[in-house]
Amino acid sequence: MSKINENTVLEIDNLKVDFQTNTGMVHAVKGVNIHVDSGETVAIVGESGSGKSQTMMAAMGLLAGNGITHGEVRYRGQNILGSSIRELNTIRGKKVTMIFQEPMTSLDPLYTIERQLCEPMVEHGEYSWATAKKRAVELLELVGIPEPARKVKAFPYEMSGGQRQRVMIAMALANNPDILIADEPTTALDVTTQAQILELMADLQKRLGMAVVFITHDLGIVERISDRVYVMKSGEVVEEGNTKEIFGNPQHDYTKMLLDAEPTGSKAVVPETNPIVLDAKDVRVEFETETGFLKPNHVLRAVNDISMEVREGQTLGIVGESGSGKSTLGRAVLQLLPTAGGRVVYLGNDITGASKKKMQPLRKEMQLIFQDPFGSLSPRMTVGQIITEGLLVHEPQLSAKERDLRAIQALEEVSMDPAMRNRYPHEFSGGQRQRIAIARTMILNPKLVVLDEPTSALDRTVQKQVVELLRNLQKEHGLTYLFISHDLAVVRAMSDTVMVMQKGEVVEKGLAEEIFSNPREAYTKELLAAAALKPAATAAA
Amino acid sequence: MLRYVLSRLLSAIPTLFLIITISFFLMRVAPGGPFDLERPLEAKVMENLNKIYNLDKSLWEQYLIYLKSVLSGDFGPSFFFRDFSINELFAQSLPISMQLGLSALALALAVGGFLGVVAALRQNKGVDYSVMAVATLGVTIPNFVVAPILTLIMGVHYGWLPVGGWGGGAFVNMVLPVVTLALPQVAVVARLTRGSMIEALRSNHVRTARAYGLSGYTVVVVHALRGAILPVVSYLGPAAAALLTGSVVIETIFGIPGIGRYFVQGALNRDYTLVMGTVVVVACFVIIFNLIVDLLYAMLDPRVRFD
Repeated sequence: MSKINENTVLEIDNLKVDFQTNTGMVHAVKGVNIHVDSGETVAIVGESGSGKSQTMMAAMGLLAGNGITHGEVRYRGQNILGSSIRELNTIRGKKVTMIFQEPMTSLDPLYTIERQLCEPMVEHGEYSWATAKKRAVELLELVGIPEPARKVKAFPYEMSGGQRQRVMIAMALANNPDILIADEPTTALDVTTQAQILELMADLQKRLGMAVVFITHDLGIVERISDRVYVMKSGEVVEEGNTKEIFGNPQHDYTKMLLDAEPTGSKAVVPETNPIVLDAKDVRVEFETETGFLKPNHVLRAVNDISMEVREGQTLGIVGESGSGKSTLGRAVLQLLPTAGGRVVYLGNDITGASKKKMQPLRKEMQLIFQDPFGSLSPRMTVGQIITEGLLVHEPQLSAKERDLRAIQALEEVSMDPAMRNRYPHEFSGGQRQRIAIARTMILNPKLVVLDEPTSALDRTVQKQVVELLRNLQKEHGLTYLFISHDLAVVRAMSDTVMVMQKGEVVEKGLAEEIFSNPREAYTKELLAAAALKPAATAAA
Repeated sequence: MLRYVLSRLLSAIPTLFLIITISFFLMRVAPGGPFDLERPLEAKVMENLNKIYNLDKSLWEQYLIYLKSVLSGDFGPSFFFRDFSINELFAQSLPISMQLGLSALALALAVGGFLGVVAALRQNKGVDYSVMAVATLGVTIPNFVVAPILTLIMGVHYGWLPVGGWGGGAFVNMVLPVVTLALPQVAVVARLTRGSMIEALRSNHVRTARAYGLSGYTVVVVHALRGAILPVVSYLGPAAAALLTGSVVIETIFGIPGIGRYFVQGALNRDYTLVMGTVVVVACFVIIFNLIVDLLYAMLDPRVRFD
């Protein structure tokens, strides 16, 4: 464990952060000590709510209005916590810079990239507007944006998330900072973009020699890039040390749990004799956008002639990055979107383009679970009402008492206390809400469930529990899953067969273990490399 | 851009046509006519008057005649101010109303915007609460109450300002009507600005600006206010309409010879052409103002550009 020395640039000394809320004081950070030496990469790891972001926000004077801080934050020996904004502004943006989790919204939508890149350079008195503009182009080139001279005139909305994050990095480097604080900089990005951004940051650090503070929940990233790690849990640092030591020999239970949180195991094979539940052939989905009066509409083919065959009890994992058409495919199979071609056969019935009336009785057996556990539950209904709503449609003969009984069973099935059914969704955590969403589906005794990124919004440890729950339910009820995800670790733990999608096409398709151990296509290899999965052998252990 | 403006102006034609048609027939539904005085005119005189003003023709014919003359830019003769055509009346009164309305709008934007920003920066503190309390008062008290009270205090009690008249647009004459007209709009603009400003100050890109050590002015004005002003800009369309209808009351109370006062007189005296003329002019104003608002919006927000 390294100690504070003359190389220490930033030192956080017994920092406490409290938030004054309507329901009383919330202690978000409870006395944290962190120090950063010049040129090193320090990772702060923890799950959501651990206070890892708030620690750095407080250090940079960026807390929300109701935040109160105690302790000291020293930049090269000078305390900056509670100093005046003017004093703080001589350091932040110049000596210490930040990049944030939300690349889509971190740049001002109303100004060009050039203007936003130049502003900090000019305001800190290092550059005139003219020289800053020249430097802006150089910076864009440095962070690998093609055609920097043209792109510098662009507005943020004309760029992808990955490009915007590159712009943020360029902005962070503009004044040659001592420290770059990166707050979950890759969480909102696709895996391959994530890998590119990480590579870029590592490369820039090697070349420019600043220290990097990396705030993340992703241990894969920590292991790859950091020298030292601080593990945070509910506002406290529970363990700190060299990355190798922490990963090789974790001391604290929480660290061990985090390290062990990657979903493990794989699915038992389903006998070939099981009936085919879903047989889709050459499914095609197109979206038309109007281009103008009397001009032919622009047709976007989101799903291009995709076929699949899933047997009872099987899980087909559909993998791809955002925009690959995987969710669209899931919806088209359930006939929630009109198909432009192909046919879908469900248990021997051709349901392609079936009428609402014909689909109605089948809907009960074909269910969908969504990614966002916060948005997909009505905030004005109790959990019991939410879970039993489907019964009102599909089993209207049930009495209120019978429905209540079914709700209790369903909640027990997803390992939740049935007494919770009288509460409202906002009282539950993300993982609990996803259990409620699963209970809402299970109460209808479905046969086919499309799971659209059901674990993506959850912390790793919670993810693992949900994966196990889904696997158990499948085993018990012989469910058939279409599991849509961009997270390869979860897909590996869930699927029999895997389909890799890119731009509406199937890139590769096959048994899960074959795809993960021996990918054929370059894109699959790229995805696997970006995800940096642990080898299956140790994961299964 | 030019294409967009042209297409917007073209699409205003059916709107105007509908407005003219509906108000023309609505007016005629109201009982009475322009020459129904307390002491009825002689039958022969009445007949002649009706003939001169085409009132003896069928309603349908009158409608067509009116439509034709409006198309050629002629709003016809006034029934009440018999020596004047509507065009002549408007030539005098429209500039006055415009001056009144635009001054009120400018005042509302400046004062309301400033108060809103101050309230947002001091969110949930004393300043914020008092601004919002005043704003609520401003919206709730109608201007026909505010006008007499202000006149009583500033004009009668202290004698600082004239209680009425236009005086050729002299500053002292403008103060009371402009303030009275602007007051409710000040309140609305302040509330709007405060709300969107609070949201803007919390947004991620303003956090970025703060994290990069930009000065208070850059953070608040350049990055927060420009985005926050957008909802206020979209409100300018309805605000212009509200100012025009508000000026009907204000001009009557303060005795200002603007088009709002003519509107009231025209309606009371069944001066068909005068009322119709005012309706058309006000409608044109609202349409043009909404177009200006949309262009302004596009200027402020690059994501909304017209090709």
